[in-house]
Amino acid sequence: MKPFEVVEAPIEAQVYSDYVLHAGAGAVTVFTGHVREWTHGVRTVYLAYEAYVPMAEKKLAEIGAEMEAKWPGVKVAIAHRIGELHISDIAVVIAVSSPHRKAAYEANEYAIERIKEVVPIWKKEIWEDGEEWLGAQKKYPDKGVDSV
Amino acid sequence: MIRVQYFARLRELAGKGQETLDREQMTVQQLLDWAEETYPGFGKDDIQVAVNEEYALPEDVIQSGDECAFIPPVSGG
Repeated sequence: MKPFEVVEAPIEAQVYSDYVLHAGAGAVTVFTGHVREWTHGVRTVYLAYEAYVPMAEKKLAEIGAEMEAKWPGVKVAIAHRIGELHISDIAVVIAVSSPHRKAAYEANEYAIERIKEVVPIWKKEIWEDGEEWLGAQKKYPDKGVDSV
Repeated sequence: MIRVQYFARLRELAGKGQETLDREQMTVQQLLDWAEETYPGFGKDDIQVAVNEEYALPEDVIQSGDECAFIPPVSGG
């Protein structure tokens, strides 16, 4: 594995948790984002994720560097899966270790927010009766509109 | 030659994942304008351009040999 990667195979969260664990870590937070069946009353059959892989991995690594600057002592690993994902599959894993609990929680939430802002990964929802690329109506934060 | 890549909705709209433009240089805004003309409904106002894997500004200049990507609003996670 690489500490910041886009993968096509199913994600095993433990791999990333193990990567960030070390003797100085007093806390490890592992966030896994999963494919949800129901969104606002609409049933998702599956999701199709697509990425600009080299840039996405570069942006994930940059987010890791931002986290290490904001919360000294944290160690980070992030993976995002692309391709067809089905209900309950893991789409993203963020593992953060820290000497203390608070930073591990805070840094982990920061990571998912940044992923949704700057990492070139796209999600298409496939329903029983149609499909749509998500984010199509959203704009970028630097244009003054909230992201996803 | 400037290489451009399409993803997600834009890949479906363009009907291809990438192509090359026979240009020596152009600005990011000119590239967006070209895309809007070539592919009606492109939606250039909501799309960012990455040049050599880094987000670029409209006034930035793209040179022959650069690799560009149109980045529609992202939706990872």
